[in-house]
Amino acid sequence: MNSPAPPLLQVDDLHLSFGGIKALQGVSLAARAGQITAVIGPNGAGKTSLFNAISGFYRPQQGSVRFAGEDINRHKPARRAAMGLARTFQNVALFRGMSVLDNIKLGGHTRLHANPLSALWYLGPARREEMALRREIERDVIDFLEIDHVRNHSVASLPYGLQKRVELARALAMKPQVLMLDEPVAGMNREETEDMARFILDIQEERGVTVLLIEHDMGLVMDISNHVVVLNFGQVIGQGTPAEVRRQPEVVRAYLGGTAAAEVAA
Amino acid sequence: MNAGFDWVALAEYSAIGLLSGGLLALVALGFVLIYKGTGVINFAMGEFMMLGAYFFYTANVMWKLPTALALALTLAAVALVAAVIERLLLRPLSGQPVISVLMATIGLASALHGGVDALWGGNNYEMPTLLPRKPLTPGDILIPGQVFWSFVLAAVIITAFTLYFRFSKTGIAMRAAASDPLTAYVLGIDVRRTQALTWMFAGIVGAVAGIVVASMTSLSPALGSAALGVLAVIILGGLDSIAGAIVAGLVIGLIESLTAAYLGGKVRDIVPYATVLVILLIRPYGLFGTRQIERL
Repeated sequence: MNSPAPPLLQVDDLHLSFGGIKALQGVSLAARAGQITAVIGPNGAGKTSLFNAISGFYRPQQGSVRFAGEDINRHKPARRAAMGLARTFQNVALFRGMSVLDNIKLGGHTRLHANPLSALWYLGPARREEMALRREIERDVIDFLEIDHVRNHSVASLPYGLQKRVELARALAMKPQVLMLDEPVAGMNREETEDMARFILDIQEERGVTVLLIEHDMGLVMDISNHVVVLNFGQVIGQGTPAEVRRQPEVVRAYLGGTAAAEVAA
Repeated sequence: MNAGFDWVALAEYSAIGLLSGGLLALVALGFVLIYKGTGVINFAMGEFMMLGAYFFYTANVMWKLPTALALALTLAAVALVAAVIERLLLRPLSGQPVISVLMATIGLASALHGGVDALWGGNNYEMPTLLPRKPLTPGDILIPGQVFWSFVLAAVIITAFTLYFRFSKTGIAMRAAASDPLTAYVLGIDVRRTQALTWMFAGIVGAVAGIVVASMTSLSPALGSAALGVLAVIILGGLDSIAGAIVAGLVIGLIESLTAAYLGGKVRDIVPYATVLVILLIRPYGLFGTRQIERL
């Protein structure tokens, strides 16, 4: 067995509750550098809450989130993003009324040394910086994700599958170290799902980006993940390689109910 | 009475009306900036105008600073006040019902009004004239110089802000933060900072308008109420549209000028509102506003 890569993103004993509802009860998991880690579980298991806690929208009552060894629990979401933590949302969260290109360029926002007045000396370093960023985005994001033909379209006019891809493009423009994808293929047809799977694999393999993924499409999860973590009722009920997870009775019970689990065990 | 209609006079009134609409549009821009950027209707906009005018008067007339320096100091001071207001008043209220925030800005308006009254007194001050008075005479009509140049100034500022929002990095970040704060956060945009910036910009816009208006008339705390007349403009234009603010500013300026000329000064304040009422019956979200804006 090859030695496992060190964890780049590590969540330890995370507790998060909203009033009486315990969304996360002691969740621990690690996303290892350069690997694809999938988080699965039934609806309401706490997957998106977990993502929101990692992004910094929710402040957990207990536990820690560590990124590259640093405790980022107290960092604001914008700071976490600047450190290299990018994500997409379950529902398409593009800025409507802006073009595809503007949306993607906003992903490069953290990497420009812009301040409110830098527009005044647009002819100086700010312009050079923006030009360099633009070239890089053209090559590494727009061409890479094959959305060149829609770059100047308004995002609202695009079909759903393409909107999801633009959202991925915007996250990539951040040059993230960790890419968090919340249901990247939800609602997509088979062909769109296969395209997205290919892109995610390319992002991981060619760029070494660490991917943390929430997904209900088990075909996709089993095909591309290195490691699968199963959540139910805010707790980790199993984890391992796709092949291991598939056989764990706890997991089967959560997904299929008690009787089916008994049959598998038999 | 068969001397015929005086077309020259009509042209003159119309031109003056449209040109004076420039300042209305500028103040409306201040409202729209804050509404677009933070979702708040700032009833203290007129007080920003008033504050700008009083700061400028203090620096330029009382301290005898040169005009350019006084102007720079004034704009910096108003921006600072706006930032402090955003930090201490608006930020703690974020997430509260719209009506609470609205009431807070009305309270802020009274506080600023009272503060100015206490510090400078309720007297009328004579402001120095800033814009050239020399009238322009294209064709047979005569346009007062101040009206013309105030329009030019307003047009320049509005254009600059529009370009800034459209193309600058910070401007695009501000639009993003306004349309979806959570997503903006995830992209590394400091949403709170952009909101503070929005207030500072609106404060500066209001201060410029206030200084110009006071230099054309006179300076008194009543200036604070001037912006209420602009409410007709922003409601007509649609709360969230800069283009709407411009067009509506010109339309209201025109209507005010023509009604004052032909129907008398008494109805001058009524006709714009009546017009707005009729237009809103047909287009409840204003001329250019996004549909489904909640009306108050």
